[in-house]
Amino acid sequence: MRFKASYNLWLIAPAALMVAVFFLYPLYFSLYSAITLDNGSFTLTHLEKAFELYSNDILFTIMLVCVSVFILAILSITIAATIALSPFKRITSLLGFLYRLPLFIPFIVTAQMMRTFLAKNGLMNNAFVEAGLLTPMETISLLGWSGIIITFVWKQMAFSTLLISGAMAALDESQIRAARNLGASKIRILFEVMLPQITPTLGVAMVLSTVTMMSVLSVPLMIGTGSPTMMSADMAFRVNSYGDYHVANALGLVSYLICAGLAWFYLRQSLKDKGAVA
Amino acid sequence: MMDSKSTLTTSFMLKLKHAPTHISFWIQCSFVVIFALMLIGPITNLLLWTVAETWYFPHALPSQWGFKYWQQVFNPYSDVSGSLLTSLLIAILTVCVCLLVSIPAGYALSKRSMPFRVFWMILFLIPQAFPNLTVYMNIARLFYEFNLNGTLLGVVMVHSVHGLMFSIWICVAAFSATDPMLENASRNLGAGPLYTFFHIVLPQAAPGIIASCIFVFLESLDEFTGTFFVGAPDISTLPLLLYTASMEGNYQIASITALILLVPSILFMLIINKFMKPEMLSKLGK
Repeated sequence: MRFKASYNLWLIAPAALMVAVFFLYPLYFSLYSAITLDNGSFTLTHLEKAFELYSNDILFTIMLVCVSVFILAILSITIAATIALSPFKRITSLLGFLYRLPLFIPFIVTAQMMRTFLAKNGLMNNAFVEAGLLTPMETISLLGWSGIIITFVWKQMAFSTLLISGAMAALDESQIRAARNLGASKIRILFEVMLPQITPTLGVAMVLSTVTMMSVLSVPLMIGTGSPTMMSADMAFRVNSYGDYHVANALGLVSYLICAGLAWFYLRQSLKDKGAVA
Repeated sequence: MMDSKSTLTTSFMLKLKHAPTHISFWIQCSFVVIFALMLIGPITNLLLWTVAETWYFPHALPSQWGFKYWQQVFNPYSDVSGSLLTSLLIAILTVCVCLLVSIPAGYALSKRSMPFRVFWMILFLIPQAFPNLTVYMNIARLFYEFNLNGTLLGVVMVHSVHGLMFSIWICVAAFSATDPMLENASRNLGAGPLYTFFHIVLPQAAPGIIASCIFVFLESLDEFTGTFFVGAPDISTLPLLLYTASMEGNYQIASITALILLVPSILFMLIINKFMKPEMLSKLGK
């Protein structure tokens, strides 16, 4: 038996080694580089410098991510709940097809689509003009913070709806039927029967979406307008223009902390819910 | 008299009963229509740009249509065909690397008796659970010391680590679904462990492994950030080319490149749509 276990370890070793060398080591190195000087002594100057130069961008990033996650949660729940509760089969199957469209569209392609769609001369504004809602002079370009939010929500919605829809489909059907027989409205079934049971999945979907938003470089570069911009664009700029890894890694550390903060918020929330039940 | 009054009330009651359904039907209909417009609008805009030769401000639609830029793109000497080949080569190599390491790992992890099984599963999840931009930045710095920056090998390694989570997790699920009795029977009948693995276990897990290959292939094809740090400027993949063209304002070339990137995604989506049931996704990782 012991022989077998070590034999199995050998099977995992190449994959584990790959993750260790090409992910864990650089990850450790980024943390190390963020808080040390070149001679290896501990310092906070890089973090101070990062906050001094980029505090606006850090706030901007946090705000963007929070708004996107909020809209994402509402939209995904609305779609998933419509699919789960609507009595109109045509609508649900159409919706089920539509929400999956962006799932396999790469971020960079989404960014290019939005770069043309949301521009002043984009199809969206043109459609409004043709419909008589706006005159050509009143159109505004949505590129910038709102464009970044729209792009993130557009792309991530498929993934988070898929997860939430899956969680809703896995719920015990008899509970919903019981609630319906006792006269509960659909809104009430959603809020009092379904949502409390899918919070863990919702949390996972939102945390993963946050991580994605923090690490996508193409969207802030292609949709953003320069200043203020997202931290990911700042990091790339810092490295490519100055070769300044210390400040870039300090910004990286801040981005880890933002994700960790959200993950912590989610964990605390789910623990609290469990406590309330017990 | 009584009768007509009662029918009137019943019909009124019936109307009342159906009214909320009607309202919610129209609300849901308009939601779907707005949602569809929001989804299809950007895609339409992309398609329009691929066949627009000139399109400027006050015009709602392109003023001149044509395939001029398609000829430019599919010219054998254009950047696009070179990048397409590089992208495909990198994606295929990435799939090979991922398969080589994740088939054994997936098989080992599918055994419940595996020590520290949860630890290993989480280890392979980590590359997806951290914002990986910072990591790519530092990989590029490391690769610079080993002269791996701007090489095919460097880019393939970065893509493989990124794809490893998909391939290992899906392989674990695929191997877990195989029947252990068949494996035992084969061993009892005197077949060696390698023969049993290749002839009994692997064929059962093949559909799942193919699905994981598709995921890794798509992830590699669409990867931008890692290639941006590690590969540029020597290695030009399609996403990098798209980015450069778009930033130069060359929207036609960018849109056609985007469309080329969309083709494999849509093809695989149609194939994999059967497997991508939300109900199945909720079982992944159990």
